[in-house]
Amino acid sequence: MSDPVSALNGASFSGIASVDESGLAGMITLRGDLASPKLQAAVTSATGATMPEPGKVALSVDGGLCWMSPDELLVLVHYAEVEAKLAEINAGLAGEHALAVNVSDARAVFQVSGDGAREVLGKLCPVDLSAQAFVPGQFRRTRMAQVAAAFWLDQDGSFHIVCFRSVADYMFCLLSTAAQSQSEVGVY
Amino acid sequence: MLILECPYCGVKAEETELHAGGEAHLKRFGPGSTDGEFHDYLFMRENPRGVHFERWRHINGCGKWFHAARCTTTLEVFGTYSAQTFEPPQNIRDAITAKRPGWSWRDLK
Repeated sequence: MSDPVSALNGASFSGIASVDESGLAGMITLRGDLASPKLQAAVTSATGATMPEPGKVALSVDGGLCWMSPDELLVLVHYAEVEAKLAEINAGLAGEHALAVNVSDARAVFQVSGDGAREVLGKLCPVDLSAQAFVPGQFRRTRMAQVAAAFWLDQDGSFHIVCFRSVADYMFCLLSTAAQSQSEVGVY
Repeated sequence: MLILECPYCGVKAEETELHAGGEAHLKRFGPGSTDGEFHDYLFMRENPRGVHFERWRHINGCGKWFHAARCTTTLEVFGTYSAQTFEPPQNIRDAITAKRPGWSWRDLK
């Protein structure tokens, strides 16, 4: 068996903020009726997180739930447990009109932390990232320069960015360039 | 810069996060229609100076299609609304009437 590796093998950069590739993360994309009690029970029991409000992320010790769109969730789990969790969710969704797929190896995850984290993201996305507008727990799908991305803000002030694995290198270069030392804009 | 609020995810999305989908509320004329109707359906688009209705897709966000009513000269947005409708809802029409009394677009007034 081959050993799974993340897109950039934990690459990191340090400037006005630290940019780190987070490594392997288990991710399941789920499409379905988010108001359905059966679907809610399946995902909350698999992750231990509560159902997220629109535009929010709900995290637990072992996973999390990200609100992607009115009919889509991104389920975060440990990488080693993806297949088991997927089977558990599918069992809970029996009879529902829903689709759950393991997308862990199709994605890359980055963490941007430090004082300049808001600045780094602010340079790349058309999103108001001021401390009043973007608060911890908020989840946003958007565009970072030329690629689609999604990110959420943790309680500790660090951003977690999810993008397609095929653009992981582009994303890392982008974040590193935006995080060059002495490149503070001073907006946030 | 055009900023539209996506009615599905509530995000105030800037233009580069969206994809323009052309004119809204087209009625399809397919098999069985006259050549004239099919011609108009295919080619004849509104190009107004003022109130306009368009389809947009929140492509770098929730991925949903929606409708927007805006002014093409001032980029003022009157409102956005669901894609699951054949014509603009009354609250959007009222919002336009408040700003542009006497507006008209195709057969809407």
